[in-house]
Amino acid sequence: MNGPLLEVDGLTVLLDVEGARRAVLRDVSFTMRPGEAVGLVGESGSGKSMTARAIGRLLPRGAEVDGAIRFGGSDIGSLSGAALRRYRGQVAMIFQDPRAHINPVRRIGDFMTEALRTNLGVPADQARRRAADMLAQVGIEDGAQRLRQYPHQMSGGILQRIMIAAALLTEPRLLLADEPTTALDVTTQAEVMAILDGLRRDFGLAILFITHDLELAAAICDRTVVMYAGQIAEVRASSLLHEDPLHPYTAALAAARPDITQTAHRLRAIPGRPLSAFEAPSAECAFAPRCPHVRDICLQALPELAELDGGLSRCARAHELRGQLQEVPRA
Amino acid sequence: MPETDGAPVLEAAGLRKEFGDLVAVDDVSFVLPPGRSLAIVGESGSGKTTIARMIVGLERPTRGTITACGHDRSRPVKSARDRRRRGREVQIVFQDPYTSLDRRQTAEAAIDEVLRLHHGWPAGRRRARVAELAELVGLDPRQARALPRSLSGGQRQRVAIARALAAEPAILILDESVAALDVSIQAQVLNLLADIRDETAVSYILISHDLAVVRQLTDEAIVLHRGEVVERGHTAQILDAPQHSYTQRLRASVPRPGWKPVRRA
Repeated sequence: MNGPLLEVDGLTVLLDVEGARRAVLRDVSFTMRPGEAVGLVGESGSGKSMTARAIGRLLPRGAEVDGAIRFGGSDIGSLSGAALRRYRGQVAMIFQDPRAHINPVRRIGDFMTEALRTNLGVPADQARRRAADMLAQVGIEDGAQRLRQYPHQMSGGILQRIMIAAALLTEPRLLLADEPTTALDVTTQAEVMAILDGLRRDFGLAILFITHDLELAAAICDRTVVMYAGQIAEVRASSLLHEDPLHPYTAALAAARPDITQTAHRLRAIPGRPLSAFEAPSAECAFAPRCPHVRDICLQALPELAELDGGLSRCARAHELRGQLQEVPRA
Repeated sequence: MPETDGAPVLEAAGLRKEFGDLVAVDDVSFVLPPGRSLAIVGESGSGKTTIARMIVGLERPTRGTITACGHDRSRPVKSARDRRRRGREVQIVFQDPYTSLDRRQTAEAAIDEVLRLHHGWPAGRRRARVAELAELVGLDPRQARALPRSLSGGQRQRVAIARALAAEPAILILDESVAALDVSIQAQVLNLLADIRDETAVSYILISHDLAVVRQLTDEAIVLHRGEVVERGHTAQILDAPQHSYTQRLRASVPRPGWKPVRRA
């Protein structure tokens, strides 16, 4: 197949939050090619996790969805029954806290082989063999023994590797990874990132990697989608994001993070706080109140997500600010 | 900055903590000069949080001593008066701003409670100090009157910092206090903590796994691995030229521009 693996097209999602109907995603569009790794980066309320949930068909009940998500060319919004189960075999998901997504009273082996046995009708002994093989792929050598153990007998790092192995058993084409290393130690995080990067190459697996950390996303992703207040602010080749951002928010986010190689007298903090999608204005730039480059034009209309230098930027002044964003003026 | 100015505000000597057969902290010693800041760096299981809990008195050391402001705090206090004195020596700000505040108490009331307990000032003086502390940590008057549920994570952490500072402690322990905050908010709180250190005489102990955060806020650091100190020295030196293999691995695991994660073995 030469077409895109995934197309998210004008995705808008409304949810009931504290009794009110609120937008959590606003007109989100991007595509992924087979085997491509894309980073989805943002702060709290940016909509990055909600985007992954929408793709995984895991939105809360009562969600109002506008726009379309197509996988291999077909709309996934109307899938149900066997077709939805087949889709979920193709699109696997891993989460920040593996313990919250695994039944603590079931053995690892039962958890790992469930989808193979029930959805794909693989015999139990064959399913266990495949599970043990997959554990070896994620660096767990004593797989057969691990399958007999319970979740509380392992560390968070081992458990996250088990979640990754379990997610890959149905041979998915897309892995949705929602902050999978955030709860792990840094040295374990480096291991898990290396494993994900290797699996992507070995299996031709496409990965949507969701994180708050630009640098972490850049480590394994070809492209990065930066979200703010339920919208896409920028899409850019990951290697260019730090040196040559196209949106002031991306530049500000990169500059706010403390640098391990030098002691700054003061960090370049972004004033104010990140907005949630429902708080964002509909007819002006959502980042304008915090932006050091704001002008009247930013408040006159919602900027379009427009092409620029091989990327996309939702900034009314993107052309004008071209090449000047790496150094953020002090707010 | 001078190497030391006077007797250390905090000194730990030969600290050891056993939980059954597990040795969580093994022969850890450090000193904190007044007005300086020390990082205790480590990952989960390193013993860093156990050390923080021993300093504040939530755990009792199996061996070794902790001296703060000249007073031994390795043993439980005997009187409410001693407990209050200890509160003026050491305060702590925890990681999770969602569970460390009383949800029925406004930010103002939370700060005022500490002023009443530790200083016994009349209402007028307390009110003025609450306003000063709220301003110091960047809470506006509306936020100061709000309950925790209507504050964001960053705002709650400011309340927790203001509350800790209300006791006018000699030592503030920051136990992963900025780890749960969004990047843009984390920078605000780190700048705030740097300002407070410059404007007051408080000394910091920063408990953190985040080496970039450690670099911004501390002069000296100790690196813990499985309960033992594997490296100690000036923070910048440790990060620029780590000597111990574990510190080197920790340093190499930090994502940065151009970083590629590599599988070990």
